[in-house]
Amino acid sequence: MIYLNAFLFAGLVCLISQIILDNTKLTPGHITSILVILGAALDTFGIYDKIVLWAGGGALVPITSFGHQLIHGALARSQDLGIIGLLVGMFDLTASGITAAIIFTFLFTLFFKPKD
Amino acid sequence: METKKYEKIIEKHKPKETRVKNGIIAFVIGGLIGVLGQLLIDLYSYWFDISTKDASIFMIVTLIFIASLFTALGFFDKWVTFAKCGLLIPITGFAHSMTSAGMEYKKEGPIYGIGTNIFKLAGSVILYGVVAAWFFGMLRLLIMGG
Repeated sequence: MIYLNAFLFAGLVCLISQIILDNTKLTPGHITSILVILGAALDTFGIYDKIVLWAGGGALVPITSFGHQLIHGALARSQDLGIIGLLVGMFDLTASGITAAIIFTFLFTLFFKPKD
Repeated sequence: METKKYEKIIEKHKPKETRVKNGIIAFVIGGLIGVLGQLLIDLYSYWFDISTKDASIFMIVTLIFIASLFTALGFFDKWVTFAKCGLLIPITGFAHSMTSAGMEYKKEGPIYGIGTNIFKLAGSVILYGVVAAWFFGMLRLLIMGG
């Protein structure tokens, strides 16, 4: 059942993005930025956690979960550190993804020749 | 006259049909990436006997690895042209934007080529993500009381 939910949620986010992309002048850069902000907003009111429980990996794969993880880590650290905790914990959960993306990008751009 | 009419009708329907097709493809491909994500979480937590939370980190890293490698090998671009938002909106799009920028500017050297350009597109995601998360975090702490 969670697989169906994962399919539906991830598919729906992509479908909405595609509709926005095709019908407005917004670029994929605009849309991903909007989705990240939306993910952070949804997590502020505890909604995104419920979506993660419902759709599992389907909710963690779209870029909305990036915003959700940013604010999630920040709020977790702010429990003990207050406002400074927001700054300390901001990248707690997303660090793995960003670090992996940087390292893989560096290694692959170094070793593979661009096709022209 | 008939052909002109026909062309007119085609003109009227063509963009709409590609939009519908684009939407369906984005929905199916995006959905399949979501299923793949859940499948990887289940497999990793079963194989390595780790929590779902840790398994989801492994899953994200795996997807980033695949997207980055396939972009560097040169055929992920064609997939993105086909699936559009189906591959751009999942985390694969984040890795793709970094690696494709790196490959494109590689010839300009390691500093002003790769170094300054890999965050060209991914940077805006991080910037607006952090600003939004900080803003909403302040909202939670100051107004909603944590």
